Amino acid sequence: MSIRHGLLALLESGPRYGSQLRTEFESRTGATWPLNVGQVYTTLNRLERDGMVVQDGEDDAGHALYVITDAGREELRNWFRSPVDRRSPPRDELAIKLAMAVGAPGIDIRDVIQSQRHHTVQAMQDYTRLKAQATDVSPDNRDDVAWLLVLEQLIFQTEAEARWLDHCEARLVRLSLMNTQKEKQRRKEQEGAADAAGDGTDGQIRPADPAPTGEKPSPASRVGLGRSRSR
Amino acid sequence: MPDQAPHPVLQLKDLTRVHGSGATEVHALRGINLDVFPGELVAVMGPSGSGKSTLLTIAGGLDTPTSGQVIVENTDLTTADRKQIAALRRRSIGYVFQDYNLIPALTAAENVALPRELDGTSARKARTEAVAALREMDLDSLADRFPDEMSGGQQQRVAIARALVGDRRLVLADEPTGALDSETGESVLALLRSRCDAGAAGVLVTHEPRFAAWADRVVFLRDGAVVDQTLRSQADSLLTGQAAER
Ligand SMILES: Nc1ncnc2c1ncn2[C@@H]1O[C@H](COP(=O)(O)OP(=O)(O)OP(=O)(O)O)[C@@H](O)[C@H]1O
Ligand SMILES: [Mg+2]
Repeated sequence: MSIRHGLLALLESGPRYGSQLRTEFESRTGATWPLNVGQVYTTLNRLERDGMVVQDGEDDAGHALYVITDAGREELRNWFRSPVDRRSPPRDELAIKLAMAVGAPGIDIRDVIQSQRHHTVQAMQDYTRLKAQATDVSPDNRDDVAWLLVLEQLIFQTEAEARWLDHCEARLVRLSLMNTQKEKQRRKEQEGAADAAGDGTDGQIRPADPAPTGEKPSPASRVGLGRSRSR
Repeated sequence: MPDQAPHPVLQLKDLTRVHGSGATEVHALRGINLDVFPGELVAVMGPSGSGKSTLLTIAGGLDTPTSGQVIVENTDLTTADRKQIAALRRRSIGYVFQDYNLIPALTAAENVALPRELDGTSARKARTEAVAALREMDLDSLADRFPDEMSGGQQQRVAIARALVGDRRLVLADEPTGALDSETGESVLALLRSRCDAGAAGVLVTHEPRFAAWADRVVFLRDGAVVDQTLRSQADSLLTGQAAER
């Protein structure tokens, strides 16, 4: 996460002490990504090394005052101009977990999905409540507006995850239905082969039974055929 | 959330619903138990065909269960007579259908006023209330349009106004945000939420997690049964302490 650019952005409005930067960073992002003072100073040291900021005196307690340089301004403009790279995504624990749950012995992947969905939807409920409390923001309070944007990002992000989980479940239901149909067909073929014992191998693939009869259509059989939308 | 153990507005007890019979039998609901309290908004989620609409139509007295009980404001719909059910539907229950169901021969305002007029409110008063309800949905300028003169999203909002007009104790909404863009959908949810905060009980069926997240409780249906439900956290701090204090 770019603390570096966050600090540069704050310094663009004027010189700041390290502790000030930390407070402002947090109030702008609603303390969603808390920073410790150590991180702030490490980042400032690197920025100084790279010529993006310089020190300009210190207060009585010996804390340095930092000022953005022209190179720092240029770097910041570039950051705002360029998209955040999504093509080399960070490792996602949930994706890894689901990938590992496929076919894992003793694990019902639908349970894994549901427990995550439970958690994710609950997080969304909580974010949504925070958002409902945050909607009386004054449009000219930068911190309030920024906090609302960050909250909504969290809501949309968890929403994407919840939708993806729905999709995974629907896909798995559909795949397992395909499996049961294949299985049924295989059994039928075996029975057929047993009936015609001695008739040798034919290895012929019969077309899948188009409408398995005598089976109640389970409601789940409609899953995965896309959402029904009201117009 | 209920404070001092009030009585649920809606109670579903061991509800089952079987459609058809014999080989074509479908168990749309298999033993649902659900209480919805005054002030509570419950979202129902689940894959297509999991029984969400069936649950809602039964809760609204539009369909009868195969077994079990449906109690709305102390009236058991499974034993009440048709007149009692009709009165409850006019007076206490607001219903938004998945396909919004406006009456084509009536204008927006007339559609909204209809349940009130049927309930004996004078035509003038019903009209005034209807226009107020439309205003809440930013639709007062469309009061005299007919459904086929409005966009899908506008019709949807009229249907919502109709469900909320008067003093409904129970609001049942089946995908009310289906035809709406994200921002409008959100304003519909905010309105539903504020009705519930004012004391109504609400049940919202939706595929959209972002809208379900406005609820106090999210109930997950799968194959006609409740498989899980979430409450929102009791704790106020979710991000960090500081964030929640803001
Ligand atoms: N009148 C009917 N006759 C026979 N089967 C029905 C009838 N109505 C619903 N069903 C079946 O009952 C099951 C539940 O349907 P329901 O409409 O409640 O699903 P839903 O969860 O609302 O789905 P969606 O998200 O697609 O709206 C489905 O399998 C459906 O095919
Ligand atoms: Mg439905």
